[in-house]
Amino acid sequence: MKFIVAIILTALLSFIAGLYFPWWTIAITAFLVAIAFNQKALKAFIAGFLGLLLLWSGLSFWIDVKNESILSARIGELLGIGNNPFLLILITGFIGGLVAGFAALSGSYLRSKKVNSEL
Amino acid sequence: MRIIPFVISTVITTGLIIALNKKLGSIPPMGKFLSPQHGFWQNAEATDFDFSAEIKFPELKGNTEIYFDDRLVPHIFSSSDDDAYFVQGYLHAKFRLWQMEFQTHATAGRISEIIGERAIDYDKEQRRMGLTYAAENMVKEIEANEKTKTAVENYTAGVNAFIENMKESELPIEYKLLDYRPEKWSVLKTALFIKQLTKTLAGYGYANDFQYTNLRTVFSEEEMKMLFPFAPDSLSPIIPKETIYPEPLVSVKAPDNVDSAYLYRNDALKILQTDKQTPGVGSNNWAVSGSKTASGFPILCNDPHLDLTVPSIWFELQMNTPTMNAYGTSFPGIPGVVIGFNDSIAFGFTNGGIDIMDFYEIRFKDDSKKQYWHNGGWADSKLRIEEIKVKGGKTIYDTVAYSAFGPVMYDKRFTNVSSGEKAIAIRWKAHDPSNELLMWWWLDRANNYDDYTEAIKNFTCPVQNIVFAAKRGVIAIWQQGEVPLRWQRQGVYLMPGDDDSYEWQGNIPQSENPHIVNPSRGFVSSANQRATDSTYPYYVPGDYAFFRGYTINRLLSSMQQITPDDMKKLQSNNHNTRAEMMRPALLKYMDEKRLNADEKRMYELFTTWNLENDPNEKGATIFEVWADSLGYKLWRDEFSRVKDVIYPDKATLADMLRNDSALRYADDITTPQRETLADVVTESFRSAVPGLLAKEKENKLTWAAFKNTTIYHLLRTNAMPFAYSGIMNGGGVEIINATSHSNGPSWRMVVHLTPATEAYGVYPGGQSGNPGSRYYDNFIDTWAKGQYYALWIMKKSDAIDKRVKWRMTFGNE
Repeated sequence: MKFIVAIILTALLSFIAGLYFPWWTIAITAFLVAIAFNQKALKAFIAGFLGLLLLWSGLSFWIDVKNESILSARIGELLGIGNNPFLLILITGFIGGLVAGFAALSGSYLRSKKVNSEL
Repeated sequence: MRIIPFVISTVITTGLIIALNKKLGSIPPMGKFLSPQHGFWQNAEATDFDFSAEIKFPELKGNTEIYFDDRLVPHIFSSSDDDAYFVQGYLHAKFRLWQMEFQTHATAGRISEIIGERAIDYDKEQRRMGLTYAAENMVKEIEANEKTKTAVENYTAGVNAFIENMKESELPIEYKLLDYRPEKWSVLKTALFIKQLTKTLAGYGYANDFQYTNLRTVFSEEEMKMLFPFAPDSLSPIIPKETIYPEPLVSVKAPDNVDSAYLYRNDALKILQTDKQTPGVGSNNWAVSGSKTASGFPILCNDPHLDLTVPSIWFELQMNTPTMNAYGTSFPGIPGVVIGFNDSIAFGFTNGGIDIMDFYEIRFKDDSKKQYWHNGGWADSKLRIEEIKVKGGKTIYDTVAYSAFGPVMYDKRFTNVSSGEKAIAIRWKAHDPSNELLMWWWLDRANNYDDYTEAIKNFTCPVQNIVFAAKRGVIAIWQQGEVPLRWQRQGVYLMPGDDDSYEWQGNIPQSENPHIVNPSRGFVSSANQRATDSTYPYYVPGDYAFFRGYTINRLLSSMQQITPDDMKKLQSNNHNTRAEMMRPALLKYMDEKRLNADEKRMYELFTTWNLENDPNEKGATIFEVWADSLGYKLWRDEFSRVKDVIYPDKATLADMLRNDSALRYADDITTPQRETLADVVTESFRSAVPGLLAKEKENKLTWAAFKNTTIYHLLRTNAMPFAYSGIMNGGGVEIINATSHSNGPSWRMVVHLTPATEAYGVYPGGQSGNPGSRYYDNFIDTWAKGQYYALWIMKKSDAIDKRVKWRMTFGNE
């Protein structure tokens, strides 16, 4: 349950951050969520990863539908993956997820370090 | 213990962010670029996007309403000229910001700043040509005139208002791909845009001085005149042949030493230019008087030929203020309506082709370039240090000396071939102060012929054929610009620059520029051909076309009861007059006995061809390839005795074949035997066949498939997913439908000057410059099929019309 909430919160906070701040603030939000939730390393990573996978792929999918895939077709060709909106949406989510995953991982290591030192 | 994993994962995270935030080679910063809230996804415009908005800027003087129709054409209704220009600037920026800045950066030689060191040579050339110097001179003139100063300053304010309020996510996609940001617009940039246009219309290709100078080392002056004649035999000049020209107001005399120092000199140049003129830049325009139309009202037509690009160089709009109601196309970069009409008159442009660029040989005292020999002594040059910033590299500096003639474009530090010892200055009309925008200010508001003639007097460079028609019935055409006064043959070759004796002695008096009003033949037209026959009393060299003007005049002469539909068909006419004129001679000289089975088959396709460059015609392809092969076979041996040459004009070749004077060049001087015309014609055909057969195997022998008309993005082959290729239309160079591989009618307009104007237009692109918008390319199909949109000349009372799809309101509170 905590795991699911972590995913959703990461996505939500990253979205809000993205309204006002540069793209890489997703790392900060994922990092902060991971600190707050104190999950084991792997879980934290996956929560961060899935949070941004959902957010970025979700947003881009919605944009792509409204745009009738006009731009994703062109950008896919430009990036060398061909006219493949689905793949591009996946890659989008993957990149965001990767950054957030490692940021969340850092957060969980930091948090667990604190726990250790308190002992 | 967890410290180490923490540090490692933090380092990885930071490393990822840094890597994904940087441009790596040609790959954009992937984190920024893919972020759906920041990157390219933000440019993926919803297909039902709502463009309506209420926009406030305190500097606006009043209210402006913009009504967009379903083609995203803005109909601007403003309470003042000032606000209208502001809004135009804002809209140009909103839809086309990237192209505006990229094009003016190119003019200013600042492309290295964006794409790095591979653009350095290009940038150096633009600097040395003095384009920014020319723009700076123009800025002074713009600001010295109240009307243009106000128009451009308001326009600039509008562009900057958009830029300043644009969020990072709203950046045009090209900025995101190339990872840079726009800078502010300025009056200088508007001037740079005009100078870029001038360079396109009257830059190198119209001078050819270097190529002629090189050729003169192997051909006599008499041969040069024959290979590059005044005009082809059947020239159909803009001003009809029977026109009598009055005695010239001024006369001009060649220097005493012209024979030895100029006409009969023999030293070759070894200069290569990096930026060659695109062939095919030209245009058609014509106006037909009520005496020849079905309605009794005039019809004016214009289709300017430029490189076909997306975003298009044109942006369609209507501008309505208390002083004007103009509709037409505009250039993102400058204020006003450039080609179009208002409630009383219509106007259009074709390029004159007149040579307004000459070159002078300079002798520097030493390598510092601080002094040069002039009028019997050492004169001081002005040194201008050009600073070229390079993305990802060191800034380059290039010192250019400015002489009395202009920038010394070539010297030891700038030439592409080893020997380049000569210092050569460029004398270009574009460097002279002028204020072309003032013409458009007046023309957009012109009501009659007198208004038009007064307006065009402000236009000096480059020379244009400006066609005019009024609802009241007048039709006219003027070849307008400041045309250098030259003695016979002045400017064909490189000239001595050690004194003023070879300078231009003035301009042809404006009143003597070729022009005609209400001719008895009932129409005026121009298609980049020579304006006059040889009875015109001045020497006006240039790079002229021939076949389109001939064909247009032939057709218009024979037409009666003309309708707008007839005019649309004429703009798409695919008849190949060049082939029509050459085919009899080709048939006469072809030695069919030498042809094998495949060659016979190809030949038959040519002989049975209907002479139309229609999409499915194979004969058109065969002729095109054969004519190239023929020209090459005829000229190459004699011409390749020097580097960097220009071949005689296609029209000259056609003439020489018809009147047998090509005989003289038939022999291949590199072979021991004597070749005949039959050899040249037959063998050039046979050597073209293998290529034709290969095309046939790929199913690319039909004309449209072979021509592969492509509309490129400004980033050319680096952005092919943003371009359109394989457009299946007909036409060709020197055909009225002048569509070649990537050049052609960039705008087609037909204006029927009835009391309630009836107008049609189309351009191959879309109003939006965003490749993610459905309005990026929605006109291309219509254009390719030769079809048009009915242009809606909106009235204020039409605000509630259902054709209005979106509405923008600009105000100051």
